[in-house]
Amino acid sequence: MSVKPVPSLKDRFSLGLQAPICLTWELTYACNLSCVHCLSSSGRRDPDELSTAEAKAVIDEMAAMQIFYVNIGGGEPLLRPDFFELVDHAVASGVGVKFSTNGSRLTPERAERLAATDYVDVQISIDGADAVTNDAVRGEGSFDTAIGAMENLAAAGFGEFKISVVMTRHNIPQLDQFQAIADRFGAQLRLTRLRPSGRGADTWHELHPTAEQQRELYQWLLARPNTLTGDSFFHLSALGDPLEGLNLCGAGRVVCLIDPVGDVYACPFVIHDEFKAGNVRDDGGFSRVWLDSEVFAALREPQSAGACTSCGSYDACQGGCMAAKFFTGLPLDGPDPECVLGHADEALAAVKVPVLLRPTTTVDHSARRPVSLSRR
Amino acid sequence: MTAPAIAGGVDFDLEAAWGLNAQVALRDEEFGALAYHYGTRRLVFLKSRLLVDLVRALDDHDSAAAALVSLVEPSEFHRYAAALATLVPSEIIHER
Repeated sequence: MSVKPVPSLKDRFSLGLQAPICLTWELTYACNLSCVHCLSSSGRRDPDELSTAEAKAVIDEMAAMQIFYVNIGGGEPLLRPDFFELVDHAVASGVGVKFSTNGSRLTPERAERLAATDYVDVQISIDGADAVTNDAVRGEGSFDTAIGAMENLAAAGFGEFKISVVMTRHNIPQLDQFQAIADRFGAQLRLTRLRPSGRGADTWHELHPTAEQQRELYQWLLARPNTLTGDSFFHLSALGDPLEGLNLCGAGRVVCLIDPVGDVYACPFVIHDEFKAGNVRDDGGFSRVWLDSEVFAALREPQSAGACTSCGSYDACQGGCMAAKFFTGLPLDGPDPECVLGHADEALAAVKVPVLLRPTTTVDHSARRPVSLSRR
Repeated sequence: MTAPAIAGGVDFDLEAAWGLNAQVALRDEEFGALAYHYGTRRLVFLKSRLLVDLVRALDDHDSAAAALVSLVEPSEFHRYAAALATLVPSEIIHER
């Protein structure tokens, strides 16, 4: 019997799947905060957001496609009056829910309701281990609010929730403090990468970690393989041993995003026309977008390594994050702007496009007030 | 052929009756299947179509060995017994 070479799982994933493994669904653009790095430039609800009936139909489709869980975000999902109705519908359909919240609407009553629901995971976002660091990014009072929500979950006996942190230049020195907060609540720490997407396009240059901090983060993660990262730091794998996870860009291959008005994008970090694959309201619904869209078909073609071809670390980092390149004005087939070997430094400095003309999100629901990074 | 010979040193009781955990759902994919455990909320990849068929066949046979004999070429017994063994710690399959 001849033995055929078995393609690696990574190779098979890059060709696409019957349904996404990691589906993010931003339920609303409404948000009471205006974080300076918001990926979805949220603030105001869009009048065209999916109705309760439409949202339930999307959940039915997820169940039929055997999408085992959905990552719900926003905006602030708890601002949707039908939030619990949708969660109950999803759970009853066999679609587990993991949702992200700033905690401001996570009252003791709601914490108890969540604790009583199977297959619901909660992630509470903080971006600093103290109020000063956190509130500079997420707004005045948001740290205390988030800690209050954690206390509500703990008091309700929710069990192990998650604390989600976007790593920045200002909070990488606080890694151990974040772990201490998580330990205090019996929670799991989830660290993700800052992307220059949404309002993050305006703040990334001053908030993204330094090269030295990236090495510090890599060592910290290597030593704590149980830390959740959503596979977000695979660009760091070029520093040595690979981090836990698939270590590939899953955009349009294993990952995608449904936004509040039903538009489907390749990943949560590229809310931009160039990566829009269709809308769940189109004929054939979400599954047809996932299986047949031209945008996703192109992403499932073998990708060129471009300027990274000659780099010995390409297998480890795969050239990094598509969204990070796109929104910093770098070519998609070259190094990540945070390439740990410094291969993007020159290109980044040479980007001639003025900041204001670089691609930014084509969808902006920011509150109509100036958003600025507070002085620290 | 005796069971220990089939097992070939794999730490897995081939003579026992096994089955798919009721809390696990399988989603077929070209490469095999995704197995999702609703209890542990862990996703496991079954990396061949034959392994998926084998996992589904466990419930219909009195022993894992019988399921193997019904589906797998003898030269592949060891490999597939080993693959089944890897699904025990993640509770994808369990002894009935």
